[in-house]
Amino acid sequence: MRRIGIDVGGTNTDAVLIEDGKVVRAVKAPTSEDVTTGILDSLRSLGATGALKDKRIDGVMIGTTHFINAVVQRRHLTKVGALRLGMPASASLPPFCDWPEDLAELVRGGVWMVEGGHEYDGRPFMPLDEAAVTKAAEEMKAAGLRSVGISSIFSPLDPGHEKRAAELVAAVIPDAAITCSSDLGRIGLLERENAGLLNAALADLSRDTIAAFEKAIRDSGLDAPLFITQNDGTVAEAAQARRLPVYSFASGATNSMRGAAYLSGLADAMVIDVGGTTADVGQLKHGFPREANSVVKIGGVRTLFRMPDLLSIGLGGGSHVTLDPIKVGPVSVGYRLLKDGIAFGGKQLTTTDVAVAAGVLALGDKSKVAYLDKATCDKVFAEAARLAEEAIDRMKTEAGDVPLIAVGGGAFLVPDKLPGVSQVIHVEHGDCANAVGAAIAQVAGECDQIFKDLTRGDAIAAARDIANDRAVTAGADRASLQTIESEDMPLAYLPGNSVRVRVRVVGDVKATA
Amino acid sequence: MSLREITLDDIESLAVGAWILGTGGGGSPYLPLLNMRRLYREGYRVQLIDAADLGDDALVGTVANMGAPLVGQERLTDSLTLARAVEVMQEHLGRKFVALMSMEIGGANGVRPFMAAAHLGLPVVDSDTMGRAYPEAQMTSVSVGGLTPYPLTAVDVRGLESVVHKVPTWKWAERVVRKICVEYGSVAATCQPPRTGAEVKKGGIHGTTTKAIAIGHAVREAQRTHQDPVAAILAVEPGKLLYTGKVVDVARRATEGFLRGVVRFEGIDDWRGTAFEINFQNEWIIAKCDGRPAAMTPDLICVLNSDTGEAVGSETIRYGQRVTVIALPSPPVFLSDEGLKYVGPRAFGYDLDFRSVFSS
Repeated sequence: MRRIGIDVGGTNTDAVLIEDGKVVRAVKAPTSEDVTTGILDSLRSLGATGALKDKRIDGVMIGTTHFINAVVQRRHLTKVGALRLGMPASASLPPFCDWPEDLAELVRGGVWMVEGGHEYDGRPFMPLDEAAVTKAAEEMKAAGLRSVGISSIFSPLDPGHEKRAAELVAAVIPDAAITCSSDLGRIGLLERENAGLLNAALADLSRDTIAAFEKAIRDSGLDAPLFITQNDGTVAEAAQARRLPVYSFASGATNSMRGAAYLSGLADAMVIDVGGTTADVGQLKHGFPREANSVVKIGGVRTLFRMPDLLSIGLGGGSHVTLDPIKVGPVSVGYRLLKDGIAFGGKQLTTTDVAVAAGVLALGDKSKVAYLDKATCDKVFAEAARLAEEAIDRMKTEAGDVPLIAVGGGAFLVPDKLPGVSQVIHVEHGDCANAVGAAIAQVAGECDQIFKDLTRGDAIAAARDIANDRAVTAGADRASLQTIESEDMPLAYLPGNSVRVRVRVVGDVKATA
Repeated sequence: MSLREITLDDIESLAVGAWILGTGGGGSPYLPLLNMRRLYREGYRVQLIDAADLGDDALVGTVANMGAPLVGQERLTDSLTLARAVEVMQEHLGRKFVALMSMEIGGANGVRPFMAAAHLGLPVVDSDTMGRAYPEAQMTSVSVGGLTPYPLTAVDVRGLESVVHKVPTWKWAERVVRKICVEYGSVAATCQPPRTGAEVKKGGIHGTTTKAIAIGHAVREAQRTHQDPVAAILAVEPGKLLYTGKVVDVARRATEGFLRGVVRFEGIDDWRGTAFEINFQNEWIIAKCDGRPAAMTPDLICVLNSDTGEAVGSETIRYGQRVTVIALPSPPVFLSDEGLKYVGPRAFGYDLDFRSVFSS
């Protein structure tokens, strides 16, 4: 098994080659404006020693912050026609109803609400009004809309109406990019619909970005399939990822955590990924980041779908430092670190300068920071450690001491001993943990629905079968599948022993024949 | 009648405060709040009236949604459906209401009367029948007070309109309406048995909408000015701080249509080393500190997000959350022997004599 993992970050594009479970080579290149060049550069750099020559590569796995940045920065977004199936219910809270107005202005191409949807037990709520769907599609076409988000009441339980509506829309607008909320979501119509509308708004950017990735791989002379890493530490084939870009929103942080697990050999641990500006803290369970089980706001929009549970704090290698009183972060010099830091001839004291003064890092000009005595450096490190400790304690879910893996370029800020931590682990290639996490990503399948009149065991088994089938459809090798999450929630007020079961399975990417 | 205009800012505070008074249940008021924002944007306004200002013969409608919060999250019950439940009751009675009232100030039902009131042009009485949230319809001050448990209406947005003409007891009312609700798809807009002004004055729990607004306002102001939101609540309410800690275990099970279970906490700050747990049946019922009862129903047990001061519900509480637990005093009506029969620890299956956090 030979794979390349690439993490396209805001500053650097990291790439690693993993062969038979070992990191063979790791490189960094600046991220380019046009996507393709940066990836091409890092692939060339990766192959510079001949490491890729005449070798079959099983996959290039890319993680990117492109899509979430587009939403946060309100750039490259496509106008979306929102089609909701659920009338006469829900009429008073139409699609986009709780969006920040600036984002809604950019994305809202029109709203259509027609009869349809299901009950909690799978009975139809109303028959799907097919004529109204076709009429809506014609109006969307007339308005020049090419991207459509379809949502329906209880579609995670029965996506039938959404799928049928998608067919009807496609019949009218053959080149439409259509997102069905059931492909993304959990129970909670507004939040699931929001995720679907954001996804639809990224249709053009997603198509162009993935095409650019594919071109970069081709131009580098590699013949390998492209996979895009997802929020949960798994990968999707390029075609599926193009369709569901929201699933890669948080993949950077997730990849770091997965890489940390891989490089340390630990499956259950806390992870702190210290970058230039922020540190992300999360918890690994069975080698995957614990998932946020609640509403996550993206660019001001409430969503509910697969996202890792992370706490970000303003602590990094570029964090501003003031000495009297001692303060670290949250402001950072960011990518200007090697220019603005005092050890590099700049004017802003940063945590990296302090590390240079203390002899922890051998960078820049040590004489420029010689005025920082040991006591001062220790105080700065103690403050950084306090920030890290508090964040770790917040994210811990069990009593007692747990191991902590420190990765990222700013990992030097994490001391070897912290309260509540049994052992702090620094790993080789820790600064490329994100690319390593991309390279080792697996394929997942998930089932989240309500089962009625089954024993708890039978309901969980039924959910697992559905999740397994979905993983295989997404490109997993069936023999390698294992359940990594199984959660059941009995439902208050619903009759007949209703239980909501969520099961997630993962497996290795099926080798290309 | 002296009426007080409710601003949208009051409604925003009401949503935060009602969720806190929900004591873990009652459903999040988020969707009703979105409805109210829209209604106010469209020019609707609602006024508040004190129970004392009602004429003895005035007729008051009690509004509540019934069903599974989960279904509500998909159906997004709209304001017209709630208004329709009130109209069906008026048609059945052949009389008009002069005001509406909340059955349950805690949770989403604390805001819903305002949704119906906006459409019907009626004021909302500053009273309810629980002073918090409870899981069953007979756990109210009007039930404890022995008031008539019928008629009731239950409405579904698809034109399904039911009237329960007569039932002998509140328990029967709960059972029959629950059945209708299940057929509708486990959610129904209901208008509870009508009350006269005299009955509201005697049997209602008063000032609860104002109280919820004050609590919510304190929390929102503290958030805005970066003050301690829990301290802000305790400055406006005679509550008691019980515990500060982190959730370390959540065990849930559904029995007889309710969500029951226990949450365990590990102490932080002054409570380091002190074990704490709360049993729940939709709402927080009994809190135990180092194995000994620390607070119990009908005292209100409120679990709050330590950072934001906002409520944490039993359906969504999860591992790792930092919470602060406070108790607020029960409405006096539930502290009588008769009241404790309906909502004391034994009503929830705990063989304990009620002992208030506030009696000492």
